[in-house]
Amino acid sequence: MSQKERIAGGVANYVDERTGAAAWLNKNLKKVFPDHWSFMLGEVALYSFVILLLSGTFLTFWFDPSQRDVIYNGSYQPLQNVQMSAAYASTLHISFDVRGGLLMRQIHHWAALLFMASIIAHLLRVFFTGAFRKPREANWLIGVGLVTLGIVEGFLGYSLPDDLLSGTGIRIAEAILQAIPVVGSYIAFFAFGGAFPGHVFIPRIYTLHVLLLPGAFLALITIHLMLVWYQKHTQYPGPGRTEKNVVGYPLMPVYMAKAGGFFGIVFGITAFLGAVASINPIWLYGPYTPGQISAGSQPDFYMGWLDGLVRMSPPLETHLLGHTISWNILIPGLIVPGILFTGMALYPFIESYISGDKREHHLLDRPRNVPNRTALGAMSLTFMMVSLINGGNDLIATHFHMSINQIMWMSRIGIFVLPPLAFVITKRICLSLQRADRDLVLHGRETGRLVMLPHGEFVEVHEPISPEKAWTLTSHVQPQALGNVTEDANGVAKPKAIRNKLRARMSAANAEQAPAATLTEANELEGGHH
Amino acid sequence: MTHNNEIEKFTDPGLPEHIHRKADSDERAAKKAERQVAILFLLSAVGTVLAIGSYIFMPQDIVIFIPIMGDQNAAQLFLGLGIAMATFFLGMGAVHWAKTLMPDTEVTAERHEFRSPDEDREAFVATVKEQGGAAGLGRRTLIKRSLGLAGGLAALTPLVMLRDLGPQPKKELEKTSWETGTRLVTDPGDRPIKPSDLEIGAVAQVLPALKSGEERTLENIGKDAVLLIRLNPNEFNLDSERLSWTHDGIIAFSKICSHMGCAVALYEQQTKHLLCPCHQSTFDVTRAAKVIFGPAARPLPQLAITVDSEGYLVAKQPFTEAVGPSYWERNTK
Repeated sequence: MSQKERIAGGVANYVDERTGAAAWLNKNLKKVFPDHWSFMLGEVALYSFVILLLSGTFLTFWFDPSQRDVIYNGSYQPLQNVQMSAAYASTLHISFDVRGGLLMRQIHHWAALLFMASIIAHLLRVFFTGAFRKPREANWLIGVGLVTLGIVEGFLGYSLPDDLLSGTGIRIAEAILQAIPVVGSYIAFFAFGGAFPGHVFIPRIYTLHVLLLPGAFLALITIHLMLVWYQKHTQYPGPGRTEKNVVGYPLMPVYMAKAGGFFGIVFGITAFLGAVASINPIWLYGPYTPGQISAGSQPDFYMGWLDGLVRMSPPLETHLLGHTISWNILIPGLIVPGILFTGMALYPFIESYISGDKREHHLLDRPRNVPNRTALGAMSLTFMMVSLINGGNDLIATHFHMSINQIMWMSRIGIFVLPPLAFVITKRICLSLQRADRDLVLHGRETGRLVMLPHGEFVEVHEPISPEKAWTLTSHVQPQALGNVTEDANGVAKPKAIRNKLRARMSAANAEQAPAATLTEANELEGGHH
Repeated sequence: MTHNNEIEKFTDPGLPEHIHRKADSDERAAKKAERQVAILFLLSAVGTVLAIGSYIFMPQDIVIFIPIMGDQNAAQLFLGLGIAMATFFLGMGAVHWAKTLMPDTEVTAERHEFRSPDEDREAFVATVKEQGGAAGLGRRTLIKRSLGLAGGLAALTPLVMLRDLGPQPKKELEKTSWETGTRLVTDPGDRPIKPSDLEIGAVAQVLPALKSGEERTLENIGKDAVLLIRLNPNEFNLDSERLSWTHDGIIAFSKICSHMGCAVALYEQQTKHLLCPCHQSTFDVTRAAKVIFGPAARPLPQLAITVDSEGYLVAKQPFTEAVGPSYWERNTK
């Protein structure tokens, strides 16, 4: 026995005699993970979260979360002797007087953007491939919780430096609180410890930003990953891959090396961005004061859609019996986002209700094979994009020499017209792609070789595709319409007739598709050719 | 093929045959891959040396110009590039190692349906019924209801305990520091202003003059900030009351946006429009800050101004309505 083996054996023995984990570890070190580039998106989110924890901890060593007035006396000359909050002054201190401080601030901010971007990309991957279906609905809900918390956490984070730009963001958040009917001004006064801006808000959101929300993230991410582990990862359809197996690489050593290595790569990229790409240069904005503002005020991208919705809102307020209700804030700021996120959370259950599909799913969908879902996703994305673009309408106006009024009107009309249009177009594209698949299976691949037949006609030679490809293109289960069931087995009319009818119609729309090619059809065509 | 009416589907050909990598069979290719991995790890080590070296030895005040990026602090840049190299190449090395030299045969593991066998499910239901029945939860409604009441009430405590986070708003949102006769002073500078200080077309941000012993807080500024604009008096399109609130072509509005409270700071001299940079609400100065575009639903409150005996601009009266964004108790007429 070599020395290495003796040490390994010793460690294994030590652990097992205290936990009895040998069998469990043996099984799980061999655990199989399917490989696909799109499975990396959630990983990026996880690694940027770790980077956020590390860089954030570094920043807390110098950041002073206090709104007490101080006179700045650091090495950044333009703000010498300016009165500001301790939070802002300590952020300047980190940026100019702590070696690597600015770098860490920028890594932290870039990692936050990467965190949100990868969560959104991961969410889209899960949505468009149907990975949220039974048995993974709970993990979808956790994911929706994480993206929501991520938006809040990011907003609180960039609000902490108490600069002119972020203070303006807080001002807007306060106005949203204040707009809540009946209790709004109370909630705002409680949150801010009195009139805006007060002296307690920064310390309070600091506690939320560094303690409560990261704790919640940690808990939710842990459950998220444990569920992935326990339920085993989904896989894309293909030869040899079924609902009953999982094909991929074992955790040890391939997955450990790849995942560990990938963490290094993600860290390297954020560090590179932090080194070369300036982000949130708060020293240029100056300390916050409610009487000033900078033009071109923009939130981070994951808040931009909200800002865009608020910007495009029509000027609606109700003045009644001495009370004011600000629909121009409530609708874009609370009601529409509430509907969007509730809809997103409930989607797995809605789809299962419409399709009547209660089976377990471990094979992913190709988006084209589920036209309705894909179209719905495209529709939501279009809605978000119109909102996001309108959130940058002032910058678009100045950069492209357009009138801000025109952009705003384009958004106001576009937000109603473009999403349904996106739905229809996407659905058509999906159905066309299905037909193209069918065509490919039945008639083979176009080779680009032209042949002149004896009677002078030119035809292109088609080559049959491989059995692997044919299987991949035809193996999916196609949804069936439920039909409107008006009476039960005994001929008694079922209650809730309208609801049943509606469900039947949605189910029929959901089942619209080009039939997958079958071997029988292929053989018949083959027979016809000869 | 015999004819039958069954529709036959394509069949699963099974996992494709594994294609071996060069390094699996060729020892030289494997050696080459090993060297590549080692080079990547060494690059990472160079990065760490660069990072620590620039942290310790590089002066903090060297600025270098790099095309596209502009002026960069050299110490910050090289520290960052060093860390980036150290982590990136460490990761690349590990991935390259995994891809070229670690086993790459795909493994198949079984999956099992999560649903338990029927007898287990029945046994579970029976256990719940039996154990739950033993506790008498179904029968003892008094316990059930009082438990619900107690639990619900207990959840109220943390909510109630948040009460002392802040004071009640009372009439705070309606009040500003402007009173009859309060002088308008420049911000910054706190100097009183005479009408002659403002040219036609000029804009100035003003605040109420401080009483002796008072300090200006951000809470005050958040409600008191006022924008002065001087126009040619015949450019106004105001009713007689609002016209009497102006002085010699000078009109004063709350600078706090009636939409969400941002500072309405952009004035277009040509069109005489005020624009809020947050959500682009646009107000027409000649028509008492009437909203002509954007999400704001109310004009900016106008402050009535006049001059005092020494000729300085003063407030004729306090604001007649609450400034800033709307709220439930706001009595909007």
